[in-house]
Amino acid sequence: MSLTAKDVAEIARLLEESAFDELSLELDGLKLSLRRGADGDVRADPAVEAPPATVAPRAAAAAPATAAPRAAGDAGARDVTAPFLGTFYRAPKPGAAPFVEPGSQVEDDTIIGIIEVMKLMNTVRAGMRGTVTEILGRDGALVEYGETLLRVAPAA
Amino acid sequence: MAIRRLLIANRGEIATRIIRTCRQLGIETVLAASEADRQSLPARLADRTVCIGPARAADSYLKVGTIVQAAVGVGADAIHPGYGFLSERAALARLCEEHGVIFVGPTAAQLEAVGDKLRARGEAELADVPLAPGGPVASAEDALRMAGHIGVPLLVKAVGGGGGRGMKRVDRLDELPAAIALAAAEAGAAFGDARVYLERYVTRGRHVEVQVLGDGEGRVVHLGERDCSVQRRYQKLVEESPAPELSDRLRHRLHEAAVRFAARLAYRGAGTVEFLVDAERGAFYFLEMNARIQVEHPVTEAVTGIDLVAQQIAIAGGDGLRLEQADIRRQGCAMECRVNAEDPRRDFQPSPGRVSDVAWPSGPGIRVDTHIEPGSSVPPHYDSLLAKIVAHTPDRAATLALLRHALATTRVVGVATNLDFHATVLADREFETGGVDTGFVARLLARRAAAAEASPHG
Repeated sequence: MSLTAKDVAEIARLLEESAFDELSLELDGLKLSLRRGADGDVRADPAVEAPPATVAPRAAAAAPATAAPRAAGDAGARDVTAPFLGTFYRAPKPGAAPFVEPGSQVEDDTIIGIIEVMKLMNTVRAGMRGTVTEILGRDGALVEYGETLLRVAPAA
Repeated sequence: MAIRRLLIANRGEIATRIIRTCRQLGIETVLAASEADRQSLPARLADRTVCIGPARAADSYLKVGTIVQAAVGVGADAIHPGYGFLSERAALARLCEEHGVIFVGPTAAQLEAVGDKLRARGEAELADVPLAPGGPVASAEDALRMAGHIGVPLLVKAVGGGGGRGMKRVDRLDELPAAIALAAAEAGAAFGDARVYLERYVTRGRHVEVQVLGDGEGRVVHLGERDCSVQRRYQKLVEESPAPELSDRLRHRLHEAAVRFAARLAYRGAGTVEFLVDAERGAFYFLEMNARIQVEHPVTEAVTGIDLVAQQIAIAGGDGLRLEQADIRRQGCAMECRVNAEDPRRDFQPSPGRVSDVAWPSGPGIRVDTHIEPGSSVPPHYDSLLAKIVAHTPDRAATLALLRHALATTRVVGVATNLDFHATVLADREFETGGVDTGFVARLLARRAAAAEASPHG
């Protein structure tokens, strides 16, 4: 049993139209958790690990952000860029603490944000090890494909 | 609702052309571009460009959710899909509806009705539009029985196909079962729909299509026809309006049939009804309807003086159809050559690369729709159309002369083009007479190959 991106979008829509604030779905080997945010938007709770490749193979959910080498001047810091166009969120839900702040230590699989594409919440991971030096992606703003979300000084 | 900001979900010359009309209408444009097109001419002309994904179309121009997300994200009221890519995808029209974004095109239901070629045939029948003998096949016996009735040669066509894709010609009945099996397998893989149907093959047919505009409430006007018989493997190369060597009676019947078909669907926006014309017998058959702006729309704009993109935007924005049939007058003759980055000496293989230098023709009666300027890149990921060169004068002989001259002054350096091939077509006696059938280019190429063989040094 696997869910397509369309299935997840449909489930999110059902929740949105319902009177419930939270939905938890468990199918063999797959766990999907959706929670209504304070703004009424439905978003996947990234703290609950749904295997993203199974959930949305076509929307490439949780594709690791690509770390691009930075131009000189930033002492070897590298860009973590948006793997697709969508609305960028720095925190799992409005009012919550951001996933990362300048100074945060990140590993390859550390979640650094969420990009929403048509109500589908895709977690974005650092894709490298190091220390966050700067955050450029604005919370709730449209980010383009390839846009720099944050910069990371790679661990030695 | 008036459209104030429009997202263009396309690239190349058509993106450039849509931006031009939007400027005249005072509409802000946002171009949704792939990474490969960020430096393109339309990206610089648009008021804003957003990068929607990598070069591969499947990861950018073909992503329905991303396109609508981009429109919502930039605050666009509407999406213009251009042609190709998602332009006839009902899923995009539907998602637009769900998010309150105007889709500049027909309704999702209309896209579905004309996208399924069997359904379109059914609608044509109900609209009293002539069809080539044929129909759906359920089994091999069924097919043989129908084929016996239709006669050979015939075509096996994919229900989900169109534009020449998903067709097989069968010349002998004993080839039919294998052709059907192959066509069904290919159609299943290409269109996700393995259904096929049979249709009589008209050996000497001309491709004539009628441009229509509908208000979505059942009122439809036509803007005359275009003859697109100069095709290579179903890809149009030269288009002209009016169709030459056609009786006024047949021309009129084509216009009426197209209007009946579109009116039956209460069609909304700009569309084209394609016919196969057997001029010798005075007969014609419905082929399909294209529910989008077409590549060759400038020839119609030239003879009618009507901006079709502006009409599309007006209808989509709720202004309705501002034209009456009596308002539409057609003057003179217009002819268009599609300049492609492809190499006729290598079986028309695409020739991507960088255009180091280019000179397009200009002057009275000449229009060039292009996104190519010196330094432009021609990415290998998309179709190879570089420009459309259109000539318009009061009569066909003068238009032909003007277009020949325009092609002779055109220069494209850095990529191979089919410019010389166009010159050969325009110089051909049969083409000059007018009214060639769709086998014209194949015969021309065969003659050239034979001539090259006869004189190896020529």
